Amino acid sequence: MAIYSQILANGLMLGALYACLAVGFSLVWGVLNVINMLHGSFIILGGYLTYFAWHAWGIHPIVMLPVVGALLFALGFALQKLVINRVVSAPVLTTLTLTFGLDMILYNVMTYWFTATPRRVTLDLGAVSLGPVTLPVDRLFGTALALALTLLLYAVMRGSNIGRAIVAVRMDRSAAELMGIRTERIYAITFGIGALMAGVAGVVFASIFPITTNVTGTYLGKAFVVCVVGGLGSVPGALVGGLVLGLVESLAGHWFGPQQAITAGFALMLIILLTRPTGLVGVRGYE
Amino acid sequence: MKSGPLAYLLLAAGILVLATTPLYADNYVVRTAAIVAMYGALATSWNFIGGFTGYPSFSTAAFFGLGCYVGAICQRAGVPMIAAWLIATLMVGVFAALLGAIILRLRGHYFAIGSIAVVEVCRLVVSSWSSLTGGGDGLNLPLLHWPPEELMRFFLFVMLGILVLSLIATFLVDRARLGFGLRCIHQNEDAAAMVGIDTTRYKVAAYTLSAIFCAAAGAAYASWTGYIDPTESFQILMTVKVPVMAMLGGAGTLAGPFLGAAAFVLLEEVFWANFLDWNRAILGVVIVLLVFFLPGGLLSLHLRRRAKSGGAA
Amino acid sequence: MSTSTTGDAILKLDGVSKTFGGLKALTDVSFALQPGEVVGLIGPNGAGKTTLVNVVTGNLRPSSGSILFEGKDVAAQKPHEAARRGLARTFQIVQPFPQMTVLENVTAGALFGGGAASVGDARDMARTSLDFVGLAPLADRPAAQLALAARKRLELAKSLAMNPKVLMLDEVNAGLNSSEIDGALALIRSIAERGVTVLIIEHLMKVVLSLSKRLLVLHHGQMIADGPSREIVADERVIEAYLGQKYAAKLKERHHG
Repeated sequence: MAIYSQILANGLMLGALYACLAVGFSLVWGVLNVINMLHGSFIILGGYLTYFAWHAWGIHPIVMLPVVGALLFALGFALQKLVINRVVSAPVLTTLTLTFGLDMILYNVMTYWFTATPRRVTLDLGAVSLGPVTLPVDRLFGTALALALTLLLYAVMRGSNIGRAIVAVRMDRSAAELMGIRTERIYAITFGIGALMAGVAGVVFASIFPITTNVTGTYLGKAFVVCVVGGLGSVPGALVGGLVLGLVESLAGHWFGPQQAITAGFALMLIILLTRPTGLVGVRGYE
Repeated sequence: MKSGPLAYLLLAAGILVLATTPLYADNYVVRTAAIVAMYGALATSWNFIGGFTGYPSFSTAAFFGLGCYVGAICQRAGVPMIAAWLIATLMVGVFAALLGAIILRLRGHYFAIGSIAVVEVCRLVVSSWSSLTGGGDGLNLPLLHWPPEELMRFFLFVMLGILVLSLIATFLVDRARLGFGLRCIHQNEDAAAMVGIDTTRYKVAAYTLSAIFCAAAGAAYASWTGYIDPTESFQILMTVKVPVMAMLGGAGTLAGPFLGAAAFVLLEEVFWANFLDWNRAILGVVIVLLVFFLPGGLLSLHLRRRAKSGGAA
Repeated sequence: MSTSTTGDAILKLDGVSKTFGGLKALTDVSFALQPGEVVGLIGPNGAGKTTLVNVVTGNLRPSSGSILFEGKDVAAQKPHEAARRGLARTFQIVQPFPQMTVLENVTAGALFGGGAASVGDARDMARTSLDFVGLAPLADRPAAQLALAARKRLELAKSLAMNPKVLMLDEVNAGLNSSEIDGALALIRSIAERGVTVLIIEHLMKVVLSLSKRLLVLHHGQMIADGPSREIVADERVIEAYLGQKYAAKLKERHHG
């Protein structure tokens, strides 16, 4: 049974990271009805900023957390305000194509400046053992941080005026407009928050995994799966989706080999799409 | 479908230019012409589901990649090349019909995601099924011992053949009950069912049509390059690029997807040749500009001008 | 009061119920339509009228009970099968193909529901049906450009092109002014004269009375009355359900006083 406690622990840690990775993507999709193909690149951008601050000036990732968050919020806000808002109510194909085009630009800029060499912040914190389970401390720390950030977003969405305005726009755009909410601005803020969450996820990831532009697509894929599995546009949905995906990947990796872990994730997504398109904890009406 | 005489003219001229490249141009140009024809066929195929039916499908790379693999596996088993292509087309067509019956129940974003996931799942399955597919190492195909010019010319005409077949299919579907029904589904799927259209069957037909020419092109491409691997065969970039090409030319029109593919491939070649470091960003800029300034595609420029000058449509 | 005894009904519902979750939208609804009949289905908002139509046309599947069309059980049919069988309907909120022309919209009805052999034949059938509803001059306009009254006519033309045996008109007069309503009524009358069985779903009592000799009354998902229009409108339960207790009491007072 020891092996399964280890798998469970790994799955939950991975799951918390996935939740943090996907929650911004989910928010943008749920509120703006836009599939943000830039999300993977935002994560890597956050990771690069963290790496270079650490490498060049020895700044600890935890210090970079608010800095990266602020920078990516500004980037996301500006992109939505100046570019995406113009076509935000167009069909899926249009908005998806637009964010794909924007992603090609950002991706190219990043590979040009940073090259595709994998980089990683190595904190060397060792590992701790809890009974039969061994946990690397950097990973444990990252998991806790990811979880904390996701819950912080939840608190902001529930407790702040901005959060309530975002939820109102998500529920019913025209009603929100009648109540005096400026939806275009809310869209820009939401997209900013989506980018912010991607950026801080990047900070966490840079301290655990190697950062390279080659994995933007992988992270985007994870975000898709988490959203579909958990349900769109809500923090609890991303949490449930992330944890379920983390567990499924750990188990599938153990049973069928690491290559099959990813296949199992996508298979899970297809099954959920077809049997419960609103996700495990999703709200009806966002199909 | 709003394809005016200009569109037909451009279409005919385009195909003629491609077909005559071996007479006056070097091998690089002939190769580019074959790539244009191939992407033209892919974009014209996508048009059945994306243009006519309005379903944002991103399955192109799945059909192309499966076509590559089925063709390659058949050829390695000793099946003659052209028979292998036909088998690949048929098998992928059946696969698309079965898959379509399942995922076409999804709409909008969910269909888009489901169709992208299909590409990923296919890639992952192919890369892990090593005994059949060679896994990540890929597969070698029997080499064609022809002079390079002859080889290039042969595959140019093969790709043009697939393109022309896809265009003929488009032409026929457009004029038939099927095309009419698909356009009704595009406009209002519930209303389409209420006038008696079997929407599931029609959508499956469109999805299958969008698959078979991709599979044929994939199988031919595998024979052409002589080597395939999972990352090359199932590219997310291709799966998004093809709809962009169709939109660039004008989704839902006969000539648009091919013209868009031609414009896109040529731009890509120019950028690759001159701005190696920045080609991806430049394409990104082109896509963004396209979304803002040409939402109806290149052909809409002509239509818009006609509308402005007061000509009744 | 029931008329469900006859055997040659074109459409016959027997004990049809529909529940959504725990909510009962239709409870044990039974009635039959004779070929060529024009019947009104009335009831207050939320009585289940549109649900009933949806169940008959295959948009919803009944939770229990049977639906016989020309003697065949069609409870499990899909909407396109209903359309091909000759069960046509119009929607309360009109559902055109917005970017297609008026002619193309109606052609779709003729081609897929009306059994036209080719697109050309369907177009001819569509022209006839546009002439019939008086929309021929607008044939080449995009459907999205039509005003509401014309859009309702378009729905009628589309349904007619499907050669229906039974036509269900769901609030076809809602949102029209009185002269437009008169035009629509004349049109419905001439449709009925062609031998089409018509079920008119309305909550404007006046409209129904001028068209149909027989009324069905739905209230809270139950069929509370079925009979000749004149008897129905005098039925106390119907008045109460339909107009509210207050009005019913007032009416009674007037009769007594």
